[in-house]
Amino acid sequence: MEVSPEYAVQMHGIVKTFGSFRALDGVDLDVRKQSIHAILGENGAGKSTLMNVLYGLYQADGGELFLNGEKVSINSPTEAIKHGIGMVHQHFMLVENFTVTENIVLGEEVCGTAGVLDMAKARQEVVKIVEEYGLEVDPDALIEDITVGMQQRVEILKALYRGADTLILDEPTAVLTPQEIGQLIKIMRDLVSKGKTIIIITHKLKEIMSSADECTIIRRGRYMGTVDVAQTNEAELASKMVGRHVNLHVEKSPSRPGETVLSIRDLHVKDDRGIEVVKGLSLDVHAGEIVGIAGIDGNGQREFVDAIDNLVHAESGTIEVKGKQIQNTTPRNTIETGVATVPSDRHRWGLVLPFSVAENSVLERHNEERFGKGIMLDLAKVEEFARGLIEEYDIRPEGCESQPAAGLSGGNQQKVIIAREVSGEPDLLVAVQPTRGLDVGAIEFVHKSLIRERDRGAAILLVSLELDEVMDVSDTIAVIHDGQIVGSFEQGTVTEEQIGLLMAGGGSK
Amino acid sequence: MKTIVKLLRKPIAASILAIAVGFLIAAIVLAIAGYAPGPSFAALFNGMIGKPKYISNVVIKATPLILTGTAVAFAFKTGLFNIGAEGQYVTGTICAAIVGISCDFPPVLQVPLVILAGTLGGAACGALVGWLKAKFGINEVITSIMLNWISLYACNFVVNVPAFHQPESTSTYAVNPSSYTMILPKWKLSEEGLATLKGTPWLYEVLVKTDVNVGILIAVACAILIAVLLKRTKMGYEMRAVGLNREAAQFAGINVNRNIVTCMLISGALCGLAGALAVTGLEPHNISTLAAFENNGFNGLSVAFIAGSSPIGCIFAGFLFSGLIYGGQSVQQVMGAPSDIINIMIGTIVFLMALSQVVPMVADWLERREKGVANA
Repeated sequence: MEVSPEYAVQMHGIVKTFGSFRALDGVDLDVRKQSIHAILGENGAGKSTLMNVLYGLYQADGGELFLNGEKVSINSPTEAIKHGIGMVHQHFMLVENFTVTENIVLGEEVCGTAGVLDMAKARQEVVKIVEEYGLEVDPDALIEDITVGMQQRVEILKALYRGADTLILDEPTAVLTPQEIGQLIKIMRDLVSKGKTIIIITHKLKEIMSSADECTIIRRGRYMGTVDVAQTNEAELASKMVGRHVNLHVEKSPSRPGETVLSIRDLHVKDDRGIEVVKGLSLDVHAGEIVGIAGIDGNGQREFVDAIDNLVHAESGTIEVKGKQIQNTTPRNTIETGVATVPSDRHRWGLVLPFSVAENSVLERHNEERFGKGIMLDLAKVEEFARGLIEEYDIRPEGCESQPAAGLSGGNQQKVIIAREVSGEPDLLVAVQPTRGLDVGAIEFVHKSLIRERDRGAAILLVSLELDEVMDVSDTIAVIHDGQIVGSFEQGTVTEEQIGLLMAGGGSK
Repeated sequence: MKTIVKLLRKPIAASILAIAVGFLIAAIVLAIAGYAPGPSFAALFNGMIGKPKYISNVVIKATPLILTGTAVAFAFKTGLFNIGAEGQYVTGTICAAIVGISCDFPPVLQVPLVILAGTLGGAACGALVGWLKAKFGINEVITSIMLNWISLYACNFVVNVPAFHQPESTSTYAVNPSSYTMILPKWKLSEEGLATLKGTPWLYEVLVKTDVNVGILIAVACAILIAVLLKRTKMGYEMRAVGLNREAAQFAGINVNRNIVTCMLISGALCGLAGALAVTGLEPHNISTLAAFENNGFNGLSVAFIAGSSPIGCIFAGFLFSGLIYGGQSVQQVMGAPSDIINIMIGTIVFLMALSQVVPMVADWLERREKGVANA
């Protein structure tokens, strides 16, 4: 592509290596001024690396960078900001107990005489930007008191305050409700109409279709092309990203619910700060049925699952599995009752990363006689068991049973956990955010596994922050808000908007 | 170059490099201070292995170090820092002394009884630390440091109990000879024994001039047992899981608190055993008033560190440590160089072990550089 001032950012032939690994192998990116440009790729494809090169966090080993048609080199984020590039990270970098204004000016404070802070003037400047771009935020509110969507606006304002003309948004919708996503898309359009250029990093096809003008696809560090979003569709984007045809929608037969496996009644749980976050939750999950829990993060999902797993104390209420009360016993008891859990954070809860894949594969059943007589643990038998799982679940690299789990890719780590949890043929499978951070191919695998377990006759409880996932996979969709189930629908009888409204606390119970 | 990279990736590489650099630094310090490094090291090694007697003494001194080192390494594998090895060792000596003085059974009963007493004493100390952590979440470092001092003063108290106190001394009576764990303690000093031994001078030197005892066999056996426990048993598997990722272990239904208590109990038992073996195996077979710690436990921390927390490694590290300390005296005698040079060396080794993460990074760097050269 020719270098031209019509483009806000042009990166040509970017190469970046980490040791022997080529994270970026000649990637091109041409972003037209005043457009929304999406960068699409699986996890580890190199999207974030490319943006970190643009933002000066990494130095490229090869390639050229042009801003507005002029060749530049950016060696630090400070230089990037000087060139009018701003970045909103996936994880917000805000001081919780500072006000919106304080957060925006932090590091670029307005000072009066003798270096005294002039917060009144700072507030005026913030209000000016807020009004200019129509980003409604209360400049005096504390960050901890405002919603995640608002916090994201503050991050955008931070970049605008520093004079950004080109905004990089890294996975901006990961934490938002459908309504907030809609608002964000509107904000992005407004910014573009006021002369800004926006680059969004994402792996969500739907959002690219509804917001972006152009989309650059990267696969394993290689440039796969740039497409005009108006001329393409989700399926084409997905196959370009993964390199093969993918089923975006889960194929499954109608469910045949059987007996009640999990029955929760009036459950109350406090979080680790002692605040009640599960407030009288009741829920039933039947054999042969997937119940999906939709909800915004922090509405008690984690605590109610922890209560099932007996990792936290339930204040009151009952949790019955196959008619047996298990609340306030031990994690061991939960497992032995026939409950398997795919935890939300595979590094924190799911795996002992320095352990080998084989050692990880028996984490819950190392005490069984088949893995060694008496007190002894027979590593050969453990590895044999792991080899079986590796083959059945296509965990890669092949023959990884004696390698540390830390060396596997995220998708394969998740496969290890799912293989382990499913191999015990549980009566109830609880999957919390089972596809978090996974690419399209791995997501397809996880969803198929859940449905296979359902068809085997297990009861599946799926807890996810990805509304699409819940809507797509579940037979029954239950909405959690403020520690209670506020609505329950059969798949196909409810729209995303209705669910979104309930998630946000709107509508009657 | 490939072989170097490969070697550097081995876990033992860090230990060997650290030891080599430790010697190098010591050589530089010696040279600066005006002592020829070559002859100084010659004196050091001569002081370790120059005579059968020296070797015997190195082995004797290595016994408690291997045990306390293994204890610390074991706790470390479970994610616990047992800085209380010193106190557990002292408690071991107290319990062994009390039982050894009070009881006098035939050796077949007496020896196991005395050793068991010391082991249980150390185990109780360790288990208390573990229990406080499991039950109340009190950091084991704090409780075990406090218990170190409690053990020290308990020792001084016991020394002054009239039933145990040897008049006109700062120590207790010696334990009854039926508790001794030296090799052939009576025979080797009898006329018949002395006459027989005179025929083989090295054996005479080892047996008569030093307190050679069965402790080293027990210590090595314990280190091997702990290695097997960690690697080959379900209990060891659970402990390693708890040590590497406590939350994942809990999630998998492993009782984290029980593992913490058990681990500290075993770690303490090893230290107590070391203390008991010192009382039964070494002159003067008693305990005396402590003005300060004797570092049998604290040195175990260094041993575990040098060994990279490998129980088998602790056997070698224990011998090395003991050899350096014992042989270091010769450096002072022969060269006139202060034996503090040994502390500098040990300090350097431990310091470098703390930086051992660097070694794999060096391997990565070498590999990259080689690739860079190949590409250019």
